[in-house]
Amino acid sequence: MSATPPLVEVENLRKHYPIGGGLFARTRAWVRAVDGVSFAIHAGETLGLVGESGCGKTTLGRLMLRLIEPTGGDIRFEGRSLLGLRPRELRGLRRRMQIIFQDPYGSLNPRMRVGSIIGEGLAIHRLGRRDERYRRVQELIELVGLPPDAARRYPHEFSGGQRQRVGIARALAVEPRFVVADEAVSALDVSIQAQIINLLQELRERLGLTMLFIAHDLRVVEHVSHRVAIMYLGHIVEMGPREEIYRNPRHPYTRALLSAVPIPDPRHATRRTTLGGDVPSPVNPPSGCAFHPRCPSAEAVCKRVRPPLETGRRDHAVACHVFPAEKL
Amino acid sequence: MTVLDVRGLATAFERNGAIARAVDGVSFTLDAGQVLGLVGESGCGKSVTALSLMRLVQPPGRVVGGEVRLEGRDVFALNEREMRRLRGPGLAMIFQEPMTSLNPVLRIGSQIAEAVRVHGRVGRRIAWERAVELLGEVGIPEPATRASDYPHQLSGGMRQRVMIAMAISCAPRVLIADEPTTALDVTIQAEILDLLRALRERHRMAVLLITHDLGVVAEQANAVAIMYAGRIVELGDVFQVFDRPLHPYTQALFRSMPSLGGRRERLEAIGGQVPDPFHLPSGCAFRDRCPRAIAACADAIPPLVEKVGGHRAACIRV
Repeated sequence: MSATPPLVEVENLRKHYPIGGGLFARTRAWVRAVDGVSFAIHAGETLGLVGESGCGKTTLGRLMLRLIEPTGGDIRFEGRSLLGLRPRELRGLRRRMQIIFQDPYGSLNPRMRVGSIIGEGLAIHRLGRRDERYRRVQELIELVGLPPDAARRYPHEFSGGQRQRVGIARALAVEPRFVVADEAVSALDVSIQAQIINLLQELRERLGLTMLFIAHDLRVVEHVSHRVAIMYLGHIVEMGPREEIYRNPRHPYTRALLSAVPIPDPRHATRRTTLGGDVPSPVNPPSGCAFHPRCPSAEAVCKRVRPPLETGRRDHAVACHVFPAEKL
Repeated sequence: MTVLDVRGLATAFERNGAIARAVDGVSFTLDAGQVLGLVGESGCGKSVTALSLMRLVQPPGRVVGGEVRLEGRDVFALNEREMRRLRGPGLAMIFQEPMTSLNPVLRIGSQIAEAVRVHGRVGRRIAWERAVELLGEVGIPEPATRASDYPHQLSGGMRQRVMIAMAISCAPRVLIADEPTTALDVTIQAEILDLLRALRERHRMAVLLITHDLGVVAEQANAVAIMYAGRIVELGDVFQVFDRPLHPYTQALFRSMPSLGGRRERLEAIGGQVPDPFHLPSGCAFRDRCPRAIAACADAIPPLVEKVGGHRAACIRV
């Protein structure tokens, strides 16, 4: 993977939201939703991004497509920074980068026919003549396994799994190279979830897609990702090839997450690392390592100094004073 | 000892003159201290089963058949007043989204105290003290201070603890937990599951645990019921069902689930989708998605019958 040049890169990416304030008051505090994140995704690779609610994973996904403006840092796509682009250039680049949302109910316009929803991107980017666009929509409908008459129907006529197929067809219509899947299978039942995961994997291989796969379900992420990044309070605390993260997790937060996943085997003895307390607020994140108040292994230094994300052997990066990356 | 005995429970919904049986002939028993995991996908009838037991089904839904006995008492024969008295000390329920069940403008201590007062006939002060005690029991730090908080001041996990405190305030014989951890993050889910286990052991409660997560069931339940299209299609103890699932639907569920460390190239998805309860196929409702279906599967709804040593399945092909 590392032989190919990165397709997407983020560098020290930050997004801070002001809170409090109001019309006349000054901003009193900032939510550090994403607070200095750097990584690269290579062409054809799927990076799984895992973390709990409020860790900043959704914000990060949207920043990467510049659907929201970063506070600082940079995003590069095929080597070009997205930040310096004029609106017209950005629009051109948007064709190459698409997003699939979690909620197939909320992300489809109920008044539009499925054919128009899928073809909207083609129309916006003026791709092809009307009849060519129509043919392309039919092709996409077939590609994602929707019934042939789907184009004439409305979103409410479809089940949750089928609506997610519509969302996927819409994202793929403009032939993107990079797709952000934001909790794309989280709202679906197991049997339907498996259909959509298989579909995403097939399409990824067939079309050579590069993906950021955002999810909170560690089982699903293990299944679809080549590499995995674990996020906590706006930071990436561990990142590496899938086998490394799942077989050889180093960060205490990653280990706690993995040990909390219920195993579907009644003979499996549950040995959990239970974390005390809740995820702290990103408004006033703890000093030093943001995880230290809940960490079973925290030492004095963890309170004072934020551990940097350092890459060690086997491309395995960890941000931890106590369990640092294994030396190269 | 059997605490809850459910026989032939049926609940129907009406829409434009058509009738759908969301729950159709559900039978199971629950012993003291036992956890029955009721598993199924959206729309299979597991939540409607729970609401039917609590007699909380809202129109156009209606219980149309069956019998529910709680320690021998016929729940459907009680009048409204008796039923209200049974909810709490007899049957208590917690839901997936605690925020919808908590009053946003009342302090959590007052809400628990009210539950205590309704059933315990105690004064305000004693009820408040009991509420603080319960908050401590469900693992809320500094319970005396937090009792004065409003629901919005608490995290999702803490709210679920408040719901649990309210549910156990009257020491129920049966706790119905409907997807109690589905809305929570995995680390918080683990804490809530540990809490439920500890409380169950301490109070010898029977628990009906409704979930779609087979991992949660394996960890918590002694017995498992798999539901599909309003019916229990498989019922057995947790080892029987996980070691040797009998019903093709149960087998398919296991195969379609990604598991930690057990990565395969492809998941085996179940084709098609859950049937519309207003248009169920004849015979076995799973037959058009079933890899083992034969012509005879369309003839009659297969009854849930014992196949081996107490392990039941509703399938003519097993």
